[in-house]
Amino acid sequence: MDKLIIAGREFNSRLLVGTGKFASNQAMVDAMEHSGSEIVTVALRRVDIDNPEDSLLSHIDTDRYLLLPNTSGARDAEEAVRLARLARAAGCEPWVKLEVTPDPYYLLPDPIETLKAAEILVKEGFIVLPYMPADPVLARHLEEVGTATVMPLGAPIGTNRGVRTRDLIEIIIEQSNIPVIVDAGLGAPSHAAEAMEMGADAVLVNTALADTPNPQLMAQAFRKGTEAGREAYLAGLGTQRQQAEASSPLTGFLRND
Amino acid sequence: MKKMIKLKINGENKEYQDELTIQQLLQSLNLEPDRVVVELNREILSLQIHDKTKLKSGDTIELVQFVGGG
Repeated sequence: MDKLIIAGREFNSRLLVGTGKFASNQAMVDAMEHSGSEIVTVALRRVDIDNPEDSLLSHIDTDRYLLLPNTSGARDAEEAVRLARLARAAGCEPWVKLEVTPDPYYLLPDPIETLKAAEILVKEGFIVLPYMPADPVLARHLEEVGTATVMPLGAPIGTNRGVRTRDLIEIIIEQSNIPVIVDAGLGAPSHAAEAMEMGADAVLVNTALADTPNPQLMAQAFRKGTEAGREAYLAGLGTQRQQAEASSPLTGFLRND
Repeated sequence: MKKMIKLKINGENKEYQDELTIQQLLQSLNLEPDRVVVELNREILSLQIHDKTKLKSGDTIELVQFVGGG
């Protein structure tokens, strides 16, 4: 497959995976492995000082995967910037998946605070991949302040509902000069394929992989879905029509009328 | 008599005997220094100065680490 380029860096895989909610660290590692992904998201949280758990990083081969810390939990720009700085201080490369979700019920990204935080983080030298509502105007603003990608949502986080924002994502893809990664809500490999067929540069999946008895097999299925969608996009999809257009010749029928 | 210092660590009030450094605090909590990021009174503290940074009463410390997330 053709390479995905984000901020000048090349990736062979167009599937990014999250590391949340897996039943075990082994299930997470298996899913990462079989997804073929090269970018994995992680979150930053307080250590439980009374019961410290072993570090997530002891399970992730950081030579193989680029860690993409998110700012999940941030309710405004200030909290997101704080989390991004902490992640960088943890020794990560300065890549950040910017997430500002003040609303706990739908976890929808706050467009104003996301833009504010993006501007600050870009100035501080971060490579910013913002999770955002599927809003083409916001996508342009984010591109203008220098984000590396835009990441419009297909559906609210964890809902597995697919590309519900399709028409708006099409406009974002048409207008964008930076990679468009469809993030959130993709629940089936067909959803990933759909986003990729539309011309998205990549997709990000977490819940769909964690929320199955067989994360490894599902990760493999998402890898294939993502690749299939990309190849179909590159090949060029046929035109949709209202009326039938015969696939077989309309001559030489065995009849007399 | 040893002096007690009061610290707020990850939102919880804790008391420690005498002065201690960030490095000693992490040791006492069984935390690996390179797996945890320390914020002292809202300032990020680099690993290199853990052993030189003494805590004093009233300090607020955040200890964070990576966890699974999407």
